[in-house]
Amino acid sequence: MPGEDGPVTQLYNCRILRDHALVDDYLYIQSGRIIDPAKMFWDEQRLPDARIDCKGGIVSPGFIDVQINGAYGYDFTNDTDIIEEAVHNISKGLLLQGCTAYCPTTVSSRPEVYRKVLPHLGPRAGSVESGAAVLGAHVEGPFISPQKKGAHELATLRSAANGLADLDACYGLDNLRQYAAYVTVAPEVDGMLDTIPHLIAATGVGVSSGHSNATAEVAGRAHASGATMITHLFNAMHPFHQRDPGVIGLLGSSGPRPFYGIICDGIHVHPHSVMIAYYAHPAGACLVTDAMSAQSLPDGSYKLGKMDVDVHDGRVYIRGTDTIAGAIITMAECVRNFIQFTGASKVEALENATLHPAQMLGIADRKGTLAHGADADILILDNDLHVQRVFIAGVEATEENVQFRKRL
Amino acid sequence: MRLVIRNKADTVADYVATYIKARITQFAPTAERPFVIGLPTGSSPIGVYKRLVQFCASGSLSFKHVVSFNMDEYVGLPRDHPESYHSFMWNHLFKHIDILPENVNILNGNAEDLEAECDKYEAKIKSYGGIELFLGGIGPDGHIAFNEPGSSLQSRTRVKTLAYETILANARFFGGDVTKVPMLALTVGVGTVMDAREVVVIITGANKAIALAKCIEEGVNHMWTVSAIQTHSRSLVVCDDDATLELHVKTVRYFKSIEQVQDEMIGRENLGLYGQVAGQLKYSSVSSGN
Repeated sequence: MPGEDGPVTQLYNCRILRDHALVDDYLYIQSGRIIDPAKMFWDEQRLPDARIDCKGGIVSPGFIDVQINGAYGYDFTNDTDIIEEAVHNISKGLLLQGCTAYCPTTVSSRPEVYRKVLPHLGPRAGSVESGAAVLGAHVEGPFISPQKKGAHELATLRSAANGLADLDACYGLDNLRQYAAYVTVAPEVDGMLDTIPHLIAATGVGVSSGHSNATAEVAGRAHASGATMITHLFNAMHPFHQRDPGVIGLLGSSGPRPFYGIICDGIHVHPHSVMIAYYAHPAGACLVTDAMSAQSLPDGSYKLGKMDVDVHDGRVYIRGTDTIAGAIITMAECVRNFIQFTGASKVEALENATLHPAQMLGIADRKGTLAHGADADILILDNDLHVQRVFIAGVEATEENVQFRKRL
Repeated sequence: MRLVIRNKADTVADYVATYIKARITQFAPTAERPFVIGLPTGSSPIGVYKRLVQFCASGSLSFKHVVSFNMDEYVGLPRDHPESYHSFMWNHLFKHIDILPENVNILNGNAEDLEAECDKYEAKIKSYGGIELFLGGIGPDGHIAFNEPGSSLQSRTRVKTLAYETILANARFFGGDVTKVPMLALTVGVGTVMDAREVVVIITGANKAIALAKCIEEGVNHMWTVSAIQTHSRSLVVCDDDATLELHVKTVRYFKSIEQVQDEMIGRENLGLYGQVAGQLKYSSVSSGN
C-alpha cells in the first residue's frame, strides 16, 4: 500500500450514505482508504489532487455478499481442480457488479473437497488486480438436516456425535480457523448443540443456523451458545408455525437476535415474507444472492456441487425436480427488489447489503461503511440504484482494467 | 456609514454575498496581491457563505487568491469538535470552495502560549498589509467577535473571558449543558476589526433590533462594541426589516431614501461599489458625491 502522502481524490456532486442517511457531502480517498478531509486541510494544508463528478448520484459502500456459491460458470465447491481460477474470475466479475467483498460459499461435500478448496477461499484483499475482497469462506453443510437438505447431496451429510472431532475430521479445524468466516449447521444434528461453543472457541468461526428442522427451543439454545446468523431465512428450514416458529422464530426473540441472510429474487422468498422478516428485525437483515455458477450466464444446464441443474427464466431447478437450487441474481438486483417488496428507503436497502453484513462479520470499522479510515470500496449508483461506477481500495474498476473469463 | 435594509434574512444574504463577490472581482487579486478578508462565524453569515459557495460552484467567483482571517475560536475545544469554529468554517465554507489551506488563518485555541498565538495573529495580519474587508455579525448585546460589552474599542487580538450570557446562549450547541461550554476564547479586538479598510456587518432578526439601534443611533460606546463602526471611514451595515424594529422611523426612512434616490436618480448601473457615482448620471442636474 502506498504511503499516507498518496494522491487524494475527491468525489463531489453526490449524496453519501453516512450515519443512516444520504447526506450532501464530498468523499475523499487516499491510499485505498476514506480519509478525513478536515485533517488533510488543517494539518497537511493540501487540497485534493483529482475530482470525480458523481453527477448527483448516490455514493454507497460496496456490496458485501455473505453467501454466493459461484458465478460466470465457476463453482467454489465443484471446481476443486481449478479453484484458484474460479476464485480469480468470480472475484473480478463480482467486482464489476458492485460486490466489492464476499464470502465464497461451499455446499455439503466430502472431507477431501474441503481440504482442497478451503485453502483457496481464505481472506484476501480486494484490488483491481485480484477483484472483490474475499472475507473467508461460508461453509454451508454438511452438518445439516436431511429433511431440509435443499439442493445439497444427501450422501455427504454428517452428524457430530463425537463433537469437535467430527468437525475436525470433516473440514480440518485449521482450515476453518484460517479460511472460513461462517459455518452453516443445523443445530438439531446429533451432537451439534453441545459442539457449537467448542467450535467457536477452537476456530473463531461464525456459526449460522440453516438447512435445519430445529424447533424454536433448539434454535434458541444454538443461538444462546453463540450462533449469530440464520442462513437464507425461510429457505430450507422448519416453516413458521405459531406454536413452534422454528429457526425463523429467532426474529421475534426478546434476547439478542441473529443476523439473517435473505434471498430477494422474488422466487426463493415471497415478497410478503421479506416484508414480515424485515419489519420483525430490520437491524439483522443481510441481502444475499445465494448465486450459483449460472449467475450472469445464459439459460442452460449447469452444475451445483455434484447436482445437475437447469436454469431458465431466472430460476434454477435440480434437473427433473421442482427443488430450487440457488439463485442467479446480483446484489444490486437484490437491493432494488428489496425496496420494491418492502417499500423501505434506499438507505435501509443499501445498509442491508453493506453495513449489516459487515457488522455480522465484525469488520464494520473498515467495510460496509464510508466512515473515515474505512477501505475505499465504493459504489456510485444512480437514483434507481443501478451501479454506475465501482471503486476498490480507492481505484476505479472498469471493464478495461478488470479483465476476466467466463466459463460457458 | 451606509445602512442597507432588505426585507428578510435571505435578501440580506443575497446583498452581502453579491457585494463581497463584486469587491473581490473588482480587486482582481493575484498570488502576489491577494484579497484579505476577515470572516465571522455564527448564524448571521451562514446564508452569505451558502451563496459564496454557489458562486464558486458556478465558476463566477474564486478564492484562489483570497487570504482569510477568522475572528475568533474557543480555548481548549478540540479543533475537530463539531462546535469549534474550525469545524464551522470547514463545513460552511472552506470545504466547498477553492481557497488554499495555507491562506486560511484561524486562531489556535489549543496553542500552548495563548498570548503568543494572539500576537502572532496580529503580526500575520500586518504582514499582508492589513485586512481589506472585515465581515462581521453582531450579538444581541452588540458585540462583534467575542468583544463583549465593556471591551476596549482599541482592543487587539487577545484571550477573553466569555460573558455569562454568551455561555448560556451557547449552551444550546453543547447539549444544553452550561458546564460543557468553553469559558474562554481567543478573539480579534475591536481595534483589529476597525483597522480593516472596510467593515461590513450583517444584522438580522428582531432579537438584534435593540443592538442595531444602540450601535447606529446612539453614541460610540464600549457597552455596544459594534458602535465603533460610526467612526470607521468605510463601513456598511446590512440588516433586515425585523432588525429595524427599534430604530426611529426617521432613521429607517432616511437610509431607505438614499437607496431610492440612488436607484431613481442615478441608476444602479451608475453606482460604484461604495455608493459613489461611478458612471454617467441619469440626470445631469444631479450633483455627484456621497
